[in-house]
Amino acid sequence: MELYEQTAHELRDLLIKKEISSQELTEAFCEHIAQVEGYVQAYVTTTREQALKAAQDFDQKLAKGEETAPLAGIPMALKDNMSTKDIRTTCSSKILENYIPPYDATVVKKLQATGMVMLGKLNMDEFAMGSSTENSRFFQTKNPWDLERVPGGSSGGAAAAVAASEAAYTLGSDTGGSIRQPAAYCGVVGLKPTYGLVSRFGLLAFASSLDQIGPLTKDVTDCALVLQQIAGHDPLDSTSANLPVPNYQEALVPDVKGLKVGVPKEYFAAGLDPEVEKIVQQSIRQFEDLGAIIEETSLPHTEYALPAYYVIAPAECSSNLARYDGVRYGYRDTDAQDIVSMFMKTRDEGFGQEVKRRIMIGTYALSSGYYDAYYLKALKVRTLIKQDFDQAFAKYDILLTPTTTSPAFKFGEKSADPVSMYLSDICTVTINLAGVPAISIPCGFSNGLPVGLQIIAKPFGESTLFRAAYAFEKATNYHEQRPQLGVK
Amino acid sequence: MAAEYEAVIGLEVHVELKTKSKIFCGCTTEFGGEPNTHVCPVCLGLPGVLPVLNKKVVDYAIKAGLALNCQIASFSKFDRKNYYYPDLPKNFQTSQYDLPIAEHGFLDIEVDGVEKRIGITRIHMEEDAGKLMHSGETIVSSTSSLVDYNRTGVPLIEIVSEPDMRSAEEARAYLEKLKAIIEYTEVSDCKMEEGSLRCDANISVRPKGTEKFGTKVEIKNMNSFRALQRAVEYEIERQIDLNEDGGKVIQETRSWDDTKGVTVSMRSKEEANDYRYFPEPDLVPLVIDKEWVDSIKETMPELPDARKKRLVEEIGLSSYDASVITSSKDLAEFFDRTMEHYQDAKIVANWLMGELLRLLNAKGQTIKESPITPQALAELLILQDKGTISGKIAKQVFEEMFNTGQSAENIVKEKGLVQISDEGAIGAIVEKVIANNPQSVEDFKNGKKQAIGFLVGQVMKETKGKANPALVNKLLNEKLQNI
Repeated sequence: MELYEQTAHELRDLLIKKEISSQELTEAFCEHIAQVEGYVQAYVTTTREQALKAAQDFDQKLAKGEETAPLAGIPMALKDNMSTKDIRTTCSSKILENYIPPYDATVVKKLQATGMVMLGKLNMDEFAMGSSTENSRFFQTKNPWDLERVPGGSSGGAAAAVAASEAAYTLGSDTGGSIRQPAAYCGVVGLKPTYGLVSRFGLLAFASSLDQIGPLTKDVTDCALVLQQIAGHDPLDSTSANLPVPNYQEALVPDVKGLKVGVPKEYFAAGLDPEVEKIVQQSIRQFEDLGAIIEETSLPHTEYALPAYYVIAPAECSSNLARYDGVRYGYRDTDAQDIVSMFMKTRDEGFGQEVKRRIMIGTYALSSGYYDAYYLKALKVRTLIKQDFDQAFAKYDILLTPTTTSPAFKFGEKSADPVSMYLSDICTVTINLAGVPAISIPCGFSNGLPVGLQIIAKPFGESTLFRAAYAFEKATNYHEQRPQLGVK
Repeated sequence: MAAEYEAVIGLEVHVELKTKSKIFCGCTTEFGGEPNTHVCPVCLGLPGVLPVLNKKVVDYAIKAGLALNCQIASFSKFDRKNYYYPDLPKNFQTSQYDLPIAEHGFLDIEVDGVEKRIGITRIHMEEDAGKLMHSGETIVSSTSSLVDYNRTGVPLIEIVSEPDMRSAEEARAYLEKLKAIIEYTEVSDCKMEEGSLRCDANISVRPKGTEKFGTKVEIKNMNSFRALQRAVEYEIERQIDLNEDGGKVIQETRSWDDTKGVTVSMRSKEEANDYRYFPEPDLVPLVIDKEWVDSIKETMPELPDARKKRLVEEIGLSSYDASVITSSKDLAEFFDRTMEHYQDAKIVANWLMGELLRLLNAKGQTIKESPITPQALAELLILQDKGTISGKIAKQVFEEMFNTGQSAENIVKEKGLVQISDEGAIGAIVEKVIANNPQSVEDFKNGKKQAIGFLVGQVMKETKGKANPALVNKLLNEKLQNI
C-alpha cells in the first residue's frame, strides 16, 4: 500500500517512529495530488508551500523531542467553506471567488494548535447547497470509484479527496447530509456530530440551525481522532455546548454485545434501491451476529422531514446569504448605475441557479402572510421529529439506516430535476433537524460502488457511534478498499 | 376648526447603551475615531462569523426596563430583521421581535400642572447600523457614498410608547422625562447631538370623541426636544388641514426638515419593507431569572420622581422648582452638592435655574462642564448672606466666576466689591443725591412715594452698586422725613 493510502493513525505511527518525516509525507501527498487531481478535481485551492512549511515545523518539533498532538504533521484538507486567514475561501461560488478572509475558523485554529498540515481547500456545491458537487461554480468533482459519477455533496470534494487519498483526512460540513451522503458515495467514514459539539465560528453559514462541521476519514479510528481535536466549547459560538469532551479513543472497543439497536421502518420504504437495501440488511444482521439486539421501530414523522428541511434551510440561507451584496468584499457588478441595481446584478451574476432557487424559496417562506403556513409549520414539524428521536432513544442505544437510497448517481442524472436531487438526502435530513449525531460507514459495494450504513445516536452520543462503527469495521473490510483511479 | 380634532401620538426612542464593547463582539463603542477602525470580522458580518451576546447589554436593558416600570421577561430571544442597506453589514439587523426583554411599563409626565401617565409598550435590544457619508448634499445628488462601520453593533434599546400623547407639549414632556430617567440609570449618556438618543414619532389625528385612530404617519430625523415639538405641531396641523380640505392622510414615513420647519415624505407604506423576521439561529434564547433581575434592582439609583418628591417633602422646594432641578441628573447632583455647603434650598434652586443655566446655555455647555463648582456657588451665597456683597453685586461676581473660574472671595477682594455698610459714608452720598435731585424730593414730599426708588437708584449708581440697599433705604427715608 502506498504511503498516502494509509490511514491517519497509521501515518501517525510512522511519524512517531521516525520512519518518515512529515515533509516526506507531505511531498508524497502533493505528488499524488498532481497525479490524480486531473481525474478527481477535488481541490479549489492548493497550499503546497504552507503545507511544506508546517510539515518542516512539525519535523523540527519532533526532532527536539517536543510533544506533538495525535494528528500533527499529517496532511489534510478543508472544505472550502471554512474561513482560513490569508487563504482564499470561496464556498465554490463566483461571489466569493477572490475573497481572502482576515481570520481563521475555530476548527482551523484548533487544528493549527495541534500542528495542522493543510494541503488546500476542497470543492463543494456552491454554499453547500446540493447533493452532487455539480453546483460548484468552478468545476465538478468526480467520484474516485467511477469518474462518470458524482461524489455526492455538498462535501463532494472532501469525500473524494479522502477516497482518492489526496488527503489523509478532511473536514466537511453537514446541513442535511452533506458529509454522510458523499461519504457513502465515496466509501469513506463521515460523521455529522451533535449540533453544538463542534464550533461553527468561521464556517460560512448555509443554515445556521442545521450546519455542523465534521470529519471525513478512511476509518473509524481516524474519525474519532479528528473529532477529538475539533470538538468542544467555543466562547465565540453561543450555540456551542459547554460540556466536557469525552475521550473518544476509549470508545473504540469492538464490542456491541447487548447494544440495543432500533431499525426505523420508514427508512426502508419505497424508493430504496434493492441492492442497497440488501447490503444494509446484511449489515444489520452483522450487528446481530456481533451480539446486538435488533428491533424494528418507527420514527413516524420521517415523511415530513424533507419538506420541513426544504423550508427551514432555505429560510435561514436567504438571510445568511444576504451579506453577499458586492458592497465590501467578493464579486461586484461594476456596470450598475445605482445601489439597488448593483445589489441585484451582483447577486444575479454572483450566485448560481441552486443558490438563487433556495434564496427565493426562503424569502417566500419567511414573507409576511406565508410565515405561519410555511416556516412556523416547519418548526413545529421539527419539534415532532425531535420527539420521535427522543422516544426512540429512550429504548435504543443506536438506530441503523441506509445513508442513501442508492449508490452514487451519474452526472446530470438529477441536476435537471431539483426535487429528485433533494430526495437523495431523504435518509439524512432528519438527523440535522433533530440535532442528533450520525455516522456513515462503508458497508458494502453495489456493482463496484460503495454503499453507506448510517448509525444514529442520541445527542452527544458520539462515543456510542464510534463503538458501534468500530465493532462493525473490525468485523468487515469494506473500509480497506481503495478505488483504482484512472480505471472506469 | 382645529379644536374639533385631537392628535394621537406615540414615540419610538432609540437609546445607545453606554457599554464599553459592542453587543455581539469585543470592539469598542467609543464615539468618533477614524472611520472603520472600531471594527472586527464579527461586527462587520464577514462570512462565517457568529454573534456572542454581551451580558452587560442585558444588564442595562433590564435596568432601563425597571426604571420605566416594565415587566422584565423571564424568557426572551433575538430575531433577525431582514432588509438591504449598505450601512447594515449582514443585511439583517439582529433585534427582538415578539419576545422583547421588557413590556408593559409607564412614565408620568406633567404639562401645565396636569399630571398624566404614558404607557410604555415595550423595550427591546438590538444592534446599531453603520453610517453612510454621502459626497453630495443629499443622497440623490451624491455621486458616491462612503460607509463607516464604527457604529455597527453598538448596543441599542428601542423604547416604544403607547399612543397616549395628545399634543406636541406632551410628546416633548415624555421625551424629556424619558431622557432624565435613562440618564439617572446611567445606561446611556443620552447625547442627542451624538445620536445616542434618537426619536421617531407616530402621529395621527381624529375627530374629538371618536375611538378609531386616524391614518398614522411616522416622522423621523428630529434631533432635539425643540425639533420634536415643532415637528409634531407641524404634522398635526398638516393632517388637520388635509382632513379639512377633504384630502386624505396617507400612511407614510416623513422626515423633519428643521431649517424649513416642515415634514417631507420619505417613503410610502406601499414601498415599505417586509422584514421577514425569524428567530436568530446563531443565538440561544435568553433566560432571565429572578436573581438576575434582583441583582440589577440593587444597583438602581433614586429616579427623578422619587428625587422630586424628596426635594418637595423634605427640603420644601416648590413642585415646579423640584421638577426643573430633577429633570437632569447632573443638575440634581449639583443642587445636592451645593446644599451640602449652603442650606437655603429656594435660593440655590433660583441660582441654578436662573444664572447658572443661563450662562451655560449661552455657551452651549452642560452642567458637567460648569466652571463653577457647587462649593464655589455656596461660598458666593454665604458672602451675600453675610452682607459682604449685595445681591446685585453677587450676580456680577457669579458671571466673573463663570468666566475665570476664580473664587467669589478673590473676585470681591480684587475688584473692591465689598458692600458699603458704613452709615457715615452712605449718609454723605445720600445727602449729595438729595441735594442734586430737588425735583424728586419735591415729588416725594407731594406724596409720590415711588420717587424714593429713583433716589435709591442714584445712590447705588454713585456707589457702583456696592451700598447696602437696606441701609440706603433707611437713611434716605430718615433724611427725607427731616426735610
